[in-house]
Amino acid sequence: MKATSSGTATVTLPADEQILITREFDAPKELVYKAFTTPELVRQWWHAKRGEMTVAEIDLRVGGKWRYVMVADGGTEVGFHGEYREIVPNERIVSTEIFEGYPDEEAVNTATFTEADGRTTLEILVQHSSKQARDMHIESGMEEGLQDALDLLEQVAVSLR
Amino acid sequence: MARAATTADAFNAVAEPRRRQILDALAGGERPVNDLVRQLGLAQPQVSKHLRVLREVGAVDVRDEGRQRLYRLNGRALKPIHDWVKEYERLWSDRFDRLDAVLEDLKEKEEADESDE
Repeated sequence: MKATSSGTATVTLPADEQILITREFDAPKELVYKAFTTPELVRQWWHAKRGEMTVAEIDLRVGGKWRYVMVADGGTEVGFHGEYREIVPNERIVSTEIFEGYPDEEAVNTATFTEADGRTTLEILVQHSSKQARDMHIESGMEEGLQDALDLLEQVAVSLR
Repeated sequence: MARAATTADAFNAVAEPRRRQILDALAGGERPVNDLVRQLGLAQPQVSKHLRVLREVGAVDVRDEGRQRLYRLNGRALKPIHDWVKEYERLWSDRFDRLDAVLEDLKEKEEADESDE
């Protein structure tokens, strides 16, 4: 476990079709949750300095819908939408996510907010799903997954220099 | 966020655990197919099937030497996966840097509200 003050998000691939994003924030979890679920606040950070958010809709209740649209600096519009499946205020949000460029592929995101000493760790687990992906997931079990390949590639990338 | 279509094949190729075992074995250097069959404990046709998938995405290269078929890892073909993860990490890092700023604002407002009370 890395002690992050701020800066880099950690992205790992804990199992096939899963992506885990982790980051610690210097704020209590109520505030991180608020920044994560309030449209005016989401508009300020979600674009990641790559463009401008034109839509940030959040209907924060189970079965409620969300939609984010960003116009990238080059003019390209990218949209994402989904539905809330589980909401535990200040603790956990489970929602679906569809990238509008690939509308057949639905991912399930689980965001978890954990506070210790006034600092909050945010974990977002992205579970990709499709029949093929799911079958592969079952076939390989919940073992080491793509992380292995990634570790291997780190090695390979070094050897390519 | 969806993966770039150009890397989907390489992703699929390495998503299968047996194929990752093959890549691991080849990370140590070039190997004849018989070696891989022995190490994986699979029937030759199965190993050949996995090697074919890996060859199709360019993850391994093959050459004949006498009567042996030798396989080796081609890291360049797998680099898109590595790059994709790194790019995704950069996106979320930038996003969270912005979120830090939003949180600072929220903290200031909270403190101001408390002193008003």
